[in-house]
Amino acid sequence: MTTTEKTDVLIVGSGFGGAITAYHLAAGGARVTVLERGPWLESRDFEHDFLLGSSYTRAFDFTVGDGMSVLGGNCVGGGSMVYFAALPRAPRFVFERQGSIGRRMWPSSITRDSLDPWYDRVAEAMGVRTQDWSDVSYAGGLWGAACDHSGRTANPVPVAIDKDACVNCNWMMAGCRFDAKKSLVFNYLPAATAHGATIRPLHEVQRLERLDDGGYRVHYNVVDGEDYRVTAGSGAIDAKIVVLAAGAGATPVILQRSEADLGTMPHAVGRYFSGNGERLNTAVVDEDRVRDVLGLARDDERAYEAFQIGKGPCVANWDRLDPSLPEYSRYSLEQLYFPPALGTILAQVPGAPSPSWFGADKKEMLRRWKSWLIVFTMSEDDNEGVFGPPPPTGNAVRLSQQMLGRGPLSYRPTANTQHGWASADAEVKEILEKDGIARVAPWTNDLVGAYTVHPLASCRIGDDPHTSALDDRHELRGHPGIFVTDGSSVPGALTVNPAMTIAALAERSVPGIVEAARARGLDVTYGAPAPDGATSGSGNVLTTAGRRSS
Amino acid sequence: MPTGAPDEGSIETRTLEAFADTVLPGAKRAPDDTSIAGRSHDAGAVEAGALELLRTPATGLTSGLPEFAELLNDHAAGYAAEHGLSAADGEPPFVALAFEDRTALLRNLTSPGHPEKEFWVMLALFCNMAYDSAAHTSTPEAIAAGHPGLRAMGFAAPDADGLLRFEEYSYGRPLARLHPDTTPSGSPA
Ligand SMILES: Cc1cc2nc3c(=O)[nH]c(=O)nc-3n(C[C@H](O)[C@H](O)[C@H](O)COP(=O)(O)OP(=O)(O)OC[C@H]3O[C@@H](n4cnc5c(N)ncnc54)[C@H](O)[C@@H]3O)c2cc1C
Repeated sequence: MTTTEKTDVLIVGSGFGGAITAYHLAAGGARVTVLERGPWLESRDFEHDFLLGSSYTRAFDFTVGDGMSVLGGNCVGGGSMVYFAALPRAPRFVFERQGSIGRRMWPSSITRDSLDPWYDRVAEAMGVRTQDWSDVSYAGGLWGAACDHSGRTANPVPVAIDKDACVNCNWMMAGCRFDAKKSLVFNYLPAATAHGATIRPLHEVQRLERLDDGGYRVHYNVVDGEDYRVTAGSGAIDAKIVVLAAGAGATPVILQRSEADLGTMPHAVGRYFSGNGERLNTAVVDEDRVRDVLGLARDDERAYEAFQIGKGPCVANWDRLDPSLPEYSRYSLEQLYFPPALGTILAQVPGAPSPSWFGADKKEMLRRWKSWLIVFTMSEDDNEGVFGPPPPTGNAVRLSQQMLGRGPLSYRPTANTQHGWASADAEVKEILEKDGIARVAPWTNDLVGAYTVHPLASCRIGDDPHTSALDDRHELRGHPGIFVTDGSSVPGALTVNPAMTIAALAERSVPGIVEAARARGLDVTYGAPAPDGATSGSGNVLTTAGRRSS
Repeated sequence: MPTGAPDEGSIETRTLEAFADTVLPGAKRAPDDTSIAGRSHDAGAVEAGALELLRTPATGLTSGLPEFAELLNDHAAGYAAEHGLSAADGEPPFVALAFEDRTALLRNLTSPGHPEKEFWVMLALFCNMAYDSAAHTSTPEAIAAGHPGLRAMGFAAPDADGLLRFEEYSYGRPLARLHPDTTPSGSPA
């Protein structure tokens, strides 16, 4: 008979929710094991290559659902390895949102003010900095100038990018080869392993089982390193505390699959999924108008032709993040680079008759690719995503060796969500088509549904047990000892990029997890500094944490 | 300049070529090239390597290709019958359709609500990827070899180590007023 392995704290997933909790619990003295479904890639593995099987496809998970597709990270470091490192805080009004439930959806204990110390702490750990206009790519500059030309403001967004190391290659979605992008493998994860945490790549958690001692047995499959459809073994680990951080597209699926063993899940598990109200618009700019109307030039010959150059989103318009506006009409408009392969197919030819995502007109549009500008809109959606019965393993039936899968998420946008999308699309058009600067069209939802890189809220925190799966300490209602700390815990759309908020919530959840661990007889303490030893934010945090546990 | 020999392939090859050519059309490789409709004056998805990509096992599609081709020809035969089009001798039904009819059929197969939509979208996605990212070849090699899609799009060539770098990247000057409620952290208030 084989003995099952044991650990104190078992963490599922190594993205923001997993890495941050792993670090603090390991630093506090717990034995921590992290199971991560994806491979462990290092800087030298990050290629500038679209070839299937290169880092680009190994590090990603693209799950097509019914009405909504989700793109996420699939490697040690999770979404932080493939993200664009834009890390704004969520505006104050977001925490007051009511969404579809008709009363404040966030727990009463969380406001922008109460979260700010935790945001400070993440900013310190991740190296978040403000940018100025000299950091901004041509595409960001063009977007800023267009906003200005139409009487609007525009802001360089805060980022976790080392500007001296960045070469503006725009390959950051395939992992940063130049160590310029500050992902979790530079801070929380090495700090966690330095404190004894174990990270096991290619371990995909399938389900949890409750043990007689009140702990949990976590069942996993080992995934083949090249063909993710192939299982190379399986096993189980027992733990006193389980932290689920597999991302908002995967965490609820693990819980649903565990329901047979664990008993009934809270109603909100696998419901209220939000795509952060995202849409992408592709503009094809008129080079002459860029020069004549906006007064921009790269050199004597070229006004722009720079879509490929840069570092993801650099400049955002925040004029509609106005707390006095009604819900579902607030959004941000952010310039973004989305590379070919994943992005191009969904772009529609502005003004062309249907079909406008394929065919002769589309090919002509590709010829003008250097003159593209993409604007990413993040609005307030209605949390309408629902997960159906779980697939046999993981969160999707994998179709290709890597990346592409079919998942159980379905999403039927309500009139509120559609209103948010339509208003944002209309404003992008108004800004960019003014005086003939560009022609714009939104991406089509007809092929793979709506599309999000910011999945949220499928297992959300809240005060109301019916509409939230977690209490405000991130503990799963009715299942003590199971915590959820990833994007699925965020109650709803944020109108800005979410990683900063996911990370701040994960930071904030740790004192509660430490308390629960102590109650289960583990000798764990709370109070570690930021991973690099910086402490400027931790004074605030310790006061806040102390208040919470008293 | 178009390259490669047309119509040598099996029914499956010709059918899939015609499908790829509907997604991103190219120029005929020879006057009697029937799979490529000839709607463009330069290389399209077929020349960019759509068939090579579809036949790369990593896509997960490879084993299903014969069925895709057969199904597509069934749909094409149905479309032809419905629209009173006569079948061309010896041509697979999809290849026999004019470019506009291929387009109409593909639009129908990929429209929301069509029961086979997901398969056709996936097939179209990979045809598109052959052109816009040459996912069957290493990108630096594809660029060095003058891959038609990447060349048409103006994708920049990497340095000798296969990595891209752009020294010039910014207009380098303020281009808009900041939002008045920006906090010192650079975030919205
Ligand atoms: C292309 C792209 C660009 C982005 N850019 C930005 C940006 O600029 N700013 C921003 O704020 N956000 C950005 N995001 C979003 C950001 O990456 C996510 O919001 C964030 O990573 C979510 O954190 P998380 O902890 O919820 O999950 P993730 O970071 O997704 O981590 C979840 C981890 O769990 C693993 N996992 C899943 N299932 C299992 C399982 N069954 N067993 C074990 N492990 C499992 C996954 O492989 C993954 O590593 C971007 C996302 C993408 C895809």
